[in-house]
Amino acid sequence: MGNERIKSSRRKFIKSAVTIAGATVGYNWLKSSQFLLFGAEPEDKSLPWYGIVFDIQKCIGCGNCAKACKKENDVPIEPFFFRNWVEQYTVRNDGSVDIVSPNGGIDGFEQRVPDDEIFKSFFVPKMCNHCAKSPCEQVCPVGATFLSPEGIVLIDEKYCIGCRYCVQACPYGCRFIHPVKKVANKCTLCYHRLKKNLTPVCFEICPTGARMFGNLRDKNSELVKFLKEHTTQVLRPNLNTGAKLYYNALSSEVR
Amino acid sequence: MNFYVPSHIKRLIFVFVIVISLFLMARHFLVPDSFGKYGPYRAAALDDYLLNEIHYSGQQACFECHQDIEDLKTQDVHSGIHCETCHGPGQKHVTSGDAADILKLTGREFCGSCHAINAAKPKDAIVQVDLTKHNIDKNCIECHNPHQPWEMKE
Repeated sequence: MGNERIKSSRRKFIKSAVTIAGATVGYNWLKSSQFLLFGAEPEDKSLPWYGIVFDIQKCIGCGNCAKACKKENDVPIEPFFFRNWVEQYTVRNDGSVDIVSPNGGIDGFEQRVPDDEIFKSFFVPKMCNHCAKSPCEQVCPVGATFLSPEGIVLIDEKYCIGCRYCVQACPYGCRFIHPVKKVANKCTLCYHRLKKNLTPVCFEICPTGARMFGNLRDKNSELVKFLKEHTTQVLRPNLNTGAKLYYNALSSEVR
Repeated sequence: MNFYVPSHIKRLIFVFVIVISLFLMARHFLVPDSFGKYGPYRAAALDDYLLNEIHYSGQQACFECHQDIEDLKTQDVHSGIHCETCHGPGQKHVTSGDAADILKLTGREFCGSCHAINAAKPKDAIVQVDLTKHNIDKNCIECHNPHQPWEMKE
């Protein structure tokens, strides 16, 4: 009788020990891959969270940004794919809008509409909005597009299968298929430069300071100061993309 | 407490265990090492970007040799413009020191890429020149020093 009692309690002990050990191991395993369950964001607050401001009141449409970007990031000069480009909007007196971007603005702009017909005219520089809830990231069937801990939308070129879903999904038209590599390509905010403490090249060479970039988490940065003092707007706010590219003095004609 | 597990259920559990362990094994070999370090992607993809070459060296690298130009530039309206805006990518020139590796563009069209008159350019952002009227027969640098545009040459 006593013998039996010891045996059953020993079995119980082993059972509960194994359960506890198994649960601990299982919990730790799940914890390390909890992003698979919850889609959690990396919460490393020590890293910058990059945002961009374009000031339309300063852009002169010289196209240096588009030109330098192609040289820095080895984007083929032809065919006409751009990581960033400049558009000229011209609103006529009758309300019709003329939008041109010859060769992304690299060769400069010629005024197509005579002065006396123009209601207003302005340049709009464009590039990847580095959305916090980016549509391109959501549609990628192989998970090759991701949001880096610094808030930059990047592509894992080894995993991209070139299916073009993201090219269609981007509401800002910022992606293309690289004609040589045959995988998706886009602005990386010059990630390779940022990590070497250099400015992304389009911000480096802009002659008028129409473009600014900085850390949105740093409340004392020039960028946050600018956002506080000016009325800025993102493109297509209705799509809730979480765009981090803000335009100062954006006109309602801009699409 | 005596559970009676029928033999066909035992066999089923056995099959389940085998299938699940096969899945875990395959997953172990197929998922890249750095996957999930920051999020649901291969963290090593970030390092792949660091292999990209730099072509634009940044203004500080220019001033390490060209101190005189820095002094010239700070005194005039082109002070805010970085060297490589006009001179093109400079990393090659920084490493070689060869004057052939840097651009020296001087034509009227080149200056005009910023200064040509256009209704879309904000009036207070830049001085605009009508290239079809302003000293048509002359090159800009005959009168203006590009590093110090308002110190007129004679």
